Amino acid sequence: MTSNVASLPGDPHVNEALARDHGVSADEYRRILEILGRTPTFTELGVFSVAWSEHCSYKSSRRHLKMLQPDRERVAVGAGENAGAIDVGDGWLAVFKIESHNHPSYVEPYQGAATGVGGIVRDIFTMGARPVANLNSLKFGSFSHPRTRYLLGGVVGGIGGYGNCVGIPTVGGEVMFDAAYNGNILVNAFCLGLVRKGEILSAKARGVGNPVIYVGSATGRDGIHGASLLASAEFAARSDHKRPTVQVGDPFAEKLLIEACLEAAKTGAIVAIQDMGAAGLTSSSSEMAGRSDGLGIDLELDRVPLREEDLTPYEMLLSESQERMLIVGERGRESELISVFEKWDLHAVVIGEITDTSRWRARYRGLTVADLPVKSLTDGAPLYDRPAAAPNRNWQHSMVVDRKPPQHPPGSDALRRLLDNPNLASKRWVFRQYDCLVRGNTVIGPGSDASVLRIKGTKRGLALKVDSNPRACSLNPYVGAIATVCESALNVACSGARPLAITNCLNYGNPQRPEIMWQFIRGVEGLRAAADALGVPVISGNVSFYNETEGRSIPPTPTIAVVGVIEAVSKRVTQHFKRAGDVIAIVRTNPPQLAASEYAAMFGGGTDWLAEIDLAREAALIDALVEASGRGLVSSAHDISDGGFAVALAECCFAPDSLTGAEVKLPESEGDLASILFGEGSSGVVVSAEAGAMTELRAIFARHALEARTIGTVTSAARLKIGSGISEDTNELRSIYESALTRRLGNVG
Amino acid sequence: MRWGVVTFPGSLDDADAVYALREVMGQDAVALWHKDESLQGAGCIVLPGGFSYGDYLRCGAIARFSPIMKSIIGFAADGGLVLGICNGFQILCEARLLPGALTRNRSLSFVCEQVNLRVENAKTPFTRSCRDRDLLRIPVKHGEGSYTAPESEIRQLEERGQILLRYTDRTGVPTEATNPNGSLHSIAGIANQRFNVCGLMPHPEHAVEAMLGGEDGRRIFQSIIDSAP
Repeated sequence: MTSNVASLPGDPHVNEALARDHGVSADEYRRILEILGRTPTFTELGVFSVAWSEHCSYKSSRRHLKMLQPDRERVAVGAGENAGAIDVGDGWLAVFKIESHNHPSYVEPYQGAATGVGGIVRDIFTMGARPVANLNSLKFGSFSHPRTRYLLGGVVGGIGGYGNCVGIPTVGGEVMFDAAYNGNILVNAFCLGLVRKGEILSAKARGVGNPVIYVGSATGRDGIHGASLLASAEFAARSDHKRPTVQVGDPFAEKLLIEACLEAAKTGAIVAIQDMGAAGLTSSSSEMAGRSDGLGIDLELDRVPLREEDLTPYEMLLSESQERMLIVGERGRESELISVFEKWDLHAVVIGEITDTSRWRARYRGLTVADLPVKSLTDGAPLYDRPAAAPNRNWQHSMVVDRKPPQHPPGSDALRRLLDNPNLASKRWVFRQYDCLVRGNTVIGPGSDASVLRIKGTKRGLALKVDSNPRACSLNPYVGAIATVCESALNVACSGARPLAITNCLNYGNPQRPEIMWQFIRGVEGLRAAADALGVPVISGNVSFYNETEGRSIPPTPTIAVVGVIEAVSKRVTQHFKRAGDVIAIVRTNPPQLAASEYAAMFGGGTDWLAEIDLAREAALIDALVEASGRGLVSSAHDISDGGFAVALAECCFAPDSLTGAEVKLPESEGDLASILFGEGSSGVVVSAEAGAMTELRAIFARHALEARTIGTVTSAARLKIGSGISEDTNELRSIYESALTRRLGNVG
Repeated sequence: MRWGVVTFPGSLDDADAVYALREVMGQDAVALWHKDESLQGAGCIVLPGGFSYGDYLRCGAIARFSPIMKSIIGFAADGGLVLGICNGFQILCEARLLPGALTRNRSLSFVCEQVNLRVENAKTPFTRSCRDRDLLRIPVKHGEGSYTAPESEIRQLEERGQILLRYTDRTGVPTEATNPNGSLHSIAGIANQRFNVCGLMPHPEHAVEAMLGGEDGRRIFQSIIDSAP
């Protein structure tokens, strides 16, 4: 290659102002001039702008994310690859990650959500793992907001349209509605894959002279600047003009790509592989080369498969066209790899090679259009220590805290109204639109605490749960993050699984505001504290900043997914009561509180103060549940979370194929009735067991310094009786719970 | 008898059908590739669920022109057993091996759920291990499963006993509310006039293990096994 870098005819004149239009600050532009010792070409400016975007570089968060790095021996693959992996036994590794697609989904809900699924799925099979389960966490504006219905329909349609068509079951998720998300919804997508130990693929380039192979769909103009101008900036009132920055998904192409890549992996000729996600060809090529010291990469852009003939190098390098991967192959085995992709009717073209130059170079029509140090795009990207400061007294909470005394008596009517609340009601309207069965592993699908998959050929099961708690995080970003980890880990333990590891998607506002940076740092600290206390390392994650519209930030929303293992999947437990006559017990870990509860959001009575969570007791509860279900003593287990004890108890009665009742006394005889019935805040579990098993069950909890207090029994009569105040027909309660969404949204099916 | 399960580009439940046949039903099952013409000596062909060729034109519209379908059309003409599940049912309709068509669900949304099915004719190779009016619980998962045909055609299907399964409630009564997609006459599965080609919207391969939600799908496969020449 020539060392002379050339501009192309028609390229705009590059200066500080043009850089600013690319989202590159004056300081950052000066830094580019220093690195290159000259003015960048237009192509190079584009490349820097996406590689240095918040979305790709993590420039505001990197410093703090170090805090989450797990101990090496706990994980098979940690940060630095496309996703993390843990050993789940019998020779299998589980590879998983969660990622945001918030801004694209707000601008174009169907395609935004669909390509969010497509992107996270590629992060999994790029590691050689067969994707076997998807989850998602969705946050919409209030139900009465005029845009919510449109966004909900589009996002759910997009997740289903993509996930169903690539043949990966969507086995669970969560949906929440709150006015705090009116201007900025959240779409966080999770995928888990399985790969045999020793067959995991890397994204670290090796071997000077090895070919760089482009596979998958052709490159078009869609998604240019998705990472920089869409994902790394806050919204103004109207964001419609950003629609062209949203990519368009082709799940059929993705399905072919999954099969072809997994088949190609079997050849052993893949040295490294990475998907072309955010910042497309630029990030995949620079990141693979950047992971090895001293290596460079040369790209011949004339060979890139194109949808239109006249794409410029700038457009080719920045395009975020979907369903594309970049492979570093073993030299001499190109045709072996290419023939696999041709079998699946996919493009596979050698477009470059690995060099020993430490340079990232791109050629087009005989000219070198970019020539930069590889590391300047990766580790050398700007790193900020942004000022962080706790908000002052006048700080407006991003979620409303109603400090008035409760406006509604804590009894039957409050229970009915809570079950009719879209945040607590059945999400069947949503998950009925997702294929939860394909691949034939779904033991517990959507609608119980955690989803459970079997691992074929073994006795084992995997339990998965995604959770968030923005109300708690908005009161206290540190305790809220701890609460989120505890709740998702507890859900996994309720199913009988030992929680093994977590992945997180950290959704926050504009990090250039000190109070947002403070929320973020406190959130990360909370995650670390909870992860350590519960023994669940963080193995992968994603940060989404700039979730703001017109200066109004979303509440801090760290979304956590926990994955656990059940040694014998035959011993899995669901949240539903199984038999009349079973004894019901409650295990409280922390006192229930109305702060950040759904009850307080509806009726008032909240506080702006959140009690600390006793992490040792949460860890003990998890241990006790895993032990008890492993011994087959537990008929049902359900955590007390959204809606509190009374809602949890009602949900226990709503088994998919049967309906039971329950008769219990109040779990606490003293204290505020509203808090006892509807309080939240990591406050324990409701378990049921055969009468004969209760003594042993209580002994297990006692050994973990916890008390399982017997409060009543499961009844065949369809009536829920709690103390003297609540006596309701569970048929009626269930019909309220089941119809709350359909009543508001119309029937589906 | 050997089973052949076809993989089109975009097939999704092909691996699940092979697993159900091999691991659960103990059958000899082979995967057939859409670009090949050989049926590898299979005695029953399964066209699995999925989105063949992306289903971007009409469901099953492109798959019917694939090389393997030429062989399957000939195989069916010779009386060979063919079972189309979901997208496979759509392909069989497009290939004119079965009458009628499958259109967008009444709700215009994808639907995935367990349904109750009533056996309408237990004297066919696909239902013979059942009795008439038996109830089966098997899941559906599709966006375009609303069965439709001219009224005269439907009448003939009814008269000749070609309707094999109907969506019903838990007591075996077809109702508007228990019809998941708006199919005419609550039709969930049909056979051709010769009773060697069958199309089902429900997925028997996803109802073969109690741990995964039920075993009623085995009765469809068992019927075919019992019918093997």
